Amino acid sequence: MVNKFSKYSLQDKILLILGFVLLGVFALLILVPLLYIIFASFTNPTYLQNHGLTLDSSKLTLDAYQRVFEDSSIWIGFKNAIVYSVVFTALSVLVTLLAAYPMSLKDFRGRKFFNTVFLITMFFNGGLIPTYLLIKNMGLIDSMWSIILPGCFSVWNMIIARTYYESIPHELCEAAELDGANDLQYFFRILLPICKPIVFILVLWQFVGMWNSYYSAMIYINDPAKQPLQLVLRGILIQNQPQPGMIADIASTAQRSQMAELLKYATIIISSIPLLVMYPFFQKYFQKGITIGSVKG
Amino acid sequence: MIPKGRMMSTWTYVKKHWQLYVLFLLPALLLVIIFNYVPMGGVVIAFENYNPIKGISGSEWVGLKYFARFMSSPDFFQYLFNTLKLSVYGLLWGFPVPILLALLLNRINSKGLQKKMQLILYLPNFISVIVLCGMVFIFLSVNGPVNKALGTSINFMTMPSAFRTIYIASGIWQGAGWASILYTGALTNASPELKEAAVIDGANLLQQIRYVEWPAIKDMAAIQFILSAGNLMSIGFEKAYALQTDLNLNASEIIATYVYKKGLLDGDYSFSTAVGLFNTIVNFILVLLVNQIVKKMNDGKGL
Repeated sequence: MVNKFSKYSLQDKILLILGFVLLGVFALLILVPLLYIIFASFTNPTYLQNHGLTLDSSKLTLDAYQRVFEDSSIWIGFKNAIVYSVVFTALSVLVTLLAAYPMSLKDFRGRKFFNTVFLITMFFNGGLIPTYLLIKNMGLIDSMWSIILPGCFSVWNMIIARTYYESIPHELCEAAELDGANDLQYFFRILLPICKPIVFILVLWQFVGMWNSYYSAMIYINDPAKQPLQLVLRGILIQNQPQPGMIADIASTAQRSQMAELLKYATIIISSIPLLVMYPFFQKYFQKGITIGSVKG
Repeated sequence: MIPKGRMMSTWTYVKKHWQLYVLFLLPALLLVIIFNYVPMGGVVIAFENYNPIKGISGSEWVGLKYFARFMSSPDFFQYLFNTLKLSVYGLLWGFPVPILLALLLNRINSKGLQKKMQLILYLPNFISVIVLCGMVFIFLSVNGPVNKALGTSINFMTMPSAFRTIYIASGIWQGAGWASILYTGALTNASPELKEAAVIDGANLLQQIRYVEWPAIKDMAAIQFILSAGNLMSIGFEKAYALQTDLNLNASEIIATYVYKKGLLDGDYSFSTAVGLFNTIVNFILVLLVNQIVKKMNDGKGL
């Protein structure tokens, strides 16, 4: 559909080249910092602070990675993040997909009422303290359910799933009903298998969302053994407090602070590996996902 | 089968489709009631001198005392404007970038190159807030790469005047590529015939964009703008809090971070709840306003 470059007029060519340069600069602005972090994580910390990056192999080191790997905190963070994200994603997607089904049926009795009940929560909420007091009274502080349950049902995702169901021809449901299938059988045997794209997208969104968030964990999880990865990262990257075990053996204060810097690079890389590995697999669902997501509810 | 035209009584319907209520809807309903509606009831502590030992019903009623305290405090306008400036500037700067990216991506002739470009542009979206902010601290630190490149030693993270720029620029860095997917999707729906006709008629690049591509993405742009405008007050806590330092608070303290500090760090439950409720109300007014404007522009149809 796009015409060949040679067909543009001179003025358009200049405009287009300017545009592409802009696009290229934007892409470089994304790539260069990421590559910088990767290279810096292997560089001798003293050299890095005084001179910057180098290709001289005598100035390269795996020290930071060794220190991060040998400390248990990152592993505990990984383990917790995996457990929380998997449980959250499974529950959240199931509850959301289930609730969206009756809401997609035109003749569902009470549809309007339930719709209002759900929509109100998009505009009003109790806010931080009332929610915190509730969680505390339920005895969920330091329990993984404190981060999983409150955000488990998403009205927004329910609307997206509902919109998707509504695009499935209704005859399918009528045919199944004639065959004697009840709602549950129809839903799991017929509807869900055709709705794989939306299931996949919700899984992707919820998983990435939980994996990357730190807010609820910061509020509800105090026990270091239960902290998810992002909270461990926050200590190292934002609060400048590497786990004591990672730098305890370094005597000089100056060197210790240089190593603390280097640890930041290494933890960024290590913590990003899982998403980077999965990234190519998600890719083909990106376009589809966002197009479905944009369907207005 | 039920003959057409005869409606089942509600009771028969519910009995026949009990699964819809008990198995499908109930879990979501319970979650919403417990974790959304119960805390909504909990906001009464904003009007009380809440004492955790006495509980909600036993605490003394003080009416609007905490709202008055917040609104008469010298910090009130600062936090309100910090919140609004951050989100309004963020919207104005951030909104056009994805559209521009999508238009340019759409002009790349080679499908392979286009795919590679998209892969790069979408990548930052998957980086967590903590890692993003960690990178910001690394790059902008006094002896970090940015200062090295400029030959200076400026401590950007302690400058209130730099905070909004850092926040908004890093937001565009992270989100603009991902947001452009929406427009890329809409552009693929632009009619190829219209485009060909425009080219044959000798339309130049800007005219093609104006008459062929812009109409294809116009609606999407409007929806996106409205959605963001309705979210102006609910700007994210996570990033603002992570980028805060003691010295840039003048610009970086927004209502959400203030609510957190007052409530959970200082234990001032009632006051914090009042501030949060104030935020919710302002946000709701904004949503109503935006919806009114949309109705006016959209021939009486709201969202």
